[in-house]
Amino acid sequence: MEKIKSIEELRKLREHARESLKVRSGEAKVKIMVSMGTVGIAAGARDALMAIISELEKRQFHDAQIVERGSLGLDKEEPVVAVERDNKTVFYGKVTPEMAREIVAQHVINGQIVSEWVIAKE
Amino acid sequence: MKIYRIHALICAGAQCLAAGGNGFEDALKNELKKHNIEEEVRVVETGCMGACQLGPLLVVYPEGIMYTNVEAKDAKEIVEEHFLKGRPVKRLMWKKEGKEEFPGLKDIPFFAKQTKVVLRNCGLINPEDINEYIARDGYKALAKAIVEMEPKDVIDVVKESGLRGRGGAGFPTGLKWGFAANQDSEEKYMICNADEGDPGAYMDRSVLEGDPHSVIEGMMIAGYAIGANRGYIYVRAEYPLAVRRLETAIKQAKQTGLLGKNILGTNFSFDIELRMGAGAFVCGEETALISSIEGKRGEPRKKPPFPAISGLFGKPTIINNVETLANLPVIVDKGAKFFKQFGTEKSPGTKVFALAGKVNISGLVEVPMGTSLRKIVFDIGGGIPEGHTFKGALTGGPSGGVIPMEFIDTPMDYESLPALGTIMGSGGLIIMDETSCMVDVAKFFLKFTVDESCGKCVPCREGTRQMLKILERITSGRGREEDIYRLEKIGELIKLTALCGLGQTAPNPVLSTIRYFKEEYLAHIVDKKCPAKVCEFSALKGGRNKYEAKVTH
Repeated sequence: MEKIKSIEELRKLREHARESLKVRSGEAKVKIMVSMGTVGIAAGARDALMAIISELEKRQFHDAQIVERGSLGLDKEEPVVAVERDNKTVFYGKVTPEMAREIVAQHVINGQIVSEWVIAKE
Repeated sequence: MKIYRIHALICAGAQCLAAGGNGFEDALKNELKKHNIEEEVRVVETGCMGACQLGPLLVVYPEGIMYTNVEAKDAKEIVEEHFLKGRPVKRLMWKKEGKEEFPGLKDIPFFAKQTKVVLRNCGLINPEDINEYIARDGYKALAKAIVEMEPKDVIDVVKESGLRGRGGAGFPTGLKWGFAANQDSEEKYMICNADEGDPGAYMDRSVLEGDPHSVIEGMMIAGYAIGANRGYIYVRAEYPLAVRRLETAIKQAKQTGLLGKNILGTNFSFDIELRMGAGAFVCGEETALISSIEGKRGEPRKKPPFPAISGLFGKPTIINNVETLANLPVIVDKGAKFFKQFGTEKSPGTKVFALAGKVNISGLVEVPMGTSLRKIVFDIGGGIPEGHTFKGALTGGPSGGVIPMEFIDTPMDYESLPALGTIMGSGGLIIMDETSCMVDVAKFFLKFTVDESCGKCVPCREGTRQMLKILERITSGRGREEDIYRLEKIGELIKLTALCGLGQTAPNPVLSTIRYFKEEYLAHIVDKKCPAKVCEFSALKGGRNKYEAKVTH
C-alpha cells in the first residue's frame, strides 16, 4: 500500500476508489441490458456480454450498469443488447463481440447511437 | 481497475456467520468458479446489515436485491438463475408479509424507515479494505480537521452539533473535550470505550466489525482536538471478529500513512493501541477502564477528579464510546447543521438500537433521536409475533427500566426516557410480550449486576445482593407484604450512595418494574401466582419455613 502524503493525494485516491464502488449505488448514467434467455445464450449473448465488460474496463468507464434479463421474444435478432442513456432506450440486434465493443465505445461512452445496427427504439 | 458487473455482498457480521454465512460464501464461490464467472462477480464480505434475524444475508448489486436465510444449497440457483440469466430467485427474496417480494433493498420498510449516520457504511463496504472506506469519504474529515482547522475549531463544531455521549450518560461530547483541551499537559490520551457489555446489546460490536475505520478516524479527530497523540481502544476479548477487523484496519491505516507520524504532511502524529478487556462488565465504567489499561485491578474510583483532568497514568484523558466516535467524521465533514437535521433539539443525531426479544424482525436499527418506541417496534421491527401483545420494552439493559404500553408513543431521547424512570443507555432494546414476567425480568438483570459488581463499595456489593434475595423470595412464592417497600427503600439508597455508574443504576430495572407493574409483584406476593406463568412456585409445598429460615437475616 502506498503512503498518502497530502490532502490532494487522499482526494485522488478517493475519486479512484469511488469508481469501483459505483455498482453498489444502484445508479449509473448508462444501463446496458443483455437478454440472457436460452435463445440469447445459444446465439452468443455471453460472448457479447464479455466483450462489453472488457471494453468498459479497457476504457475505464465506470458509470454503466450491466443488467442481465430474460428474452424479449425477439429470437430472430438474438443476441439483443439494449442501451439506456439520456432517457432513451435503443435496442441492437445480432450483436457480435466486435459490435458490442463498438457500441460501448460509440453509444455507451459517447452517446452516439450506432444507427446501422439499431432494431428498435423506445 | 477491474470492472465487475455484479457485486455480491455477503453479511459477515457475527450473527450471520454464526447462522452459516461462511458455508454459503464458500458454496457461492464454488458455483462462480464452476460457471466461469469469477471475473464478472465480485464477492464482498461486509459488516452487519442489520436484519440479523433473517441471516445469513446476501445483497446483489446493481439491482440491490436482498436474499434472506441463504444456505449453501441455494448458491447454485442464485448463480444459475440470477447471475447468469438475470432472473432473481424469488423464493429467497425478502417478502412483504410472506407474500409479495420486495423489488429492492430500498422498498423494504425495515431499511427504508431507518436513518443511517453511524451505520452509513455497515453492510455496504468491505471492512477489511481501507480503499472502500476512503471511497465513502473516509478520512476526509480527518484531513479537513488537521489541515484546515485549529483544534479549537474542531471542538466548536462538535459543541455546536450538540452530540451527546452514546455510551449511555448522554454528556455533551464537545464540552467534555473542552475540559481536556484546556489542560496544560505534554501527555494526553484518547480512549475508545468498546467494552460493550449490556445483555442483548451489540451496536458497538457491529460498528467495529462493519466499519472499524470510522472509529479510528473519530479517535484521531478527537485526539487532534484535545491535543493527544496516543489512543487506546479498550475492546472486549469476547469480540474476536471485532478485534481482528480493528487490527486489520489499524495496520492498513498505518501502511497508508493515515495513522502514524506527520499525518498528511502535517505536524499531527497519532498512534493507536488495542487493549483487550477480560470480561468484567464494570470495566465499561470509565475510571475502572482506566485502571484496567494501567494494568491494575478493574475497579472504579471516586470522581472528581474526572478523567478529562486526571485520567490514564494521571494525565488528561478523554473516553468516548464507539458510536459517539463513529458520528464524528460525519459532523466534521458535513458540519453541525447537517447533523442537527436529525433528532430533537436537545438530543440531535441518530441512535442505534439493538432490537431484541419478542419482535418479528430483531436486529440492528438506526433512527433519529426522538423516534417513538411504537415506530421502532411496529414500523421497523414488524411488530410482535402473531398471537401475542406488546407488554413493555426494556431500555438501557441492567441500568435501565421498562417502558409500558401506555407510553409507547414517547419519543426516545435523553430527556423523555429519564422522565419515565428509565434511561437511553447504550442502545439495548428488549421487547417483551405478555409471556414475560416483569418480576423475573427484574431478577434477571439484578442477578447480572450482582455477578458483575466489583465489590469495592458496600451499597453495590451488599445492597444489590439483598435486593436479589428479596426478588428470589418473591419469585418462588415466599414474598412478604413489606418486600415492595424494602426493595424501593434499598434501591433508592443504592442509587444515592454507590461509587460508580454500575451501582447507581443497578436498582433501576427493579424500581421501574415496581412503578409500572406493581400488580404483578402483588400477584406473586399476595396471591402466590405468576400471571405470566414464568415463575415456578412448586418448592412451596412443605418447604416454606425451611427456606425462610435460610433467607432471614
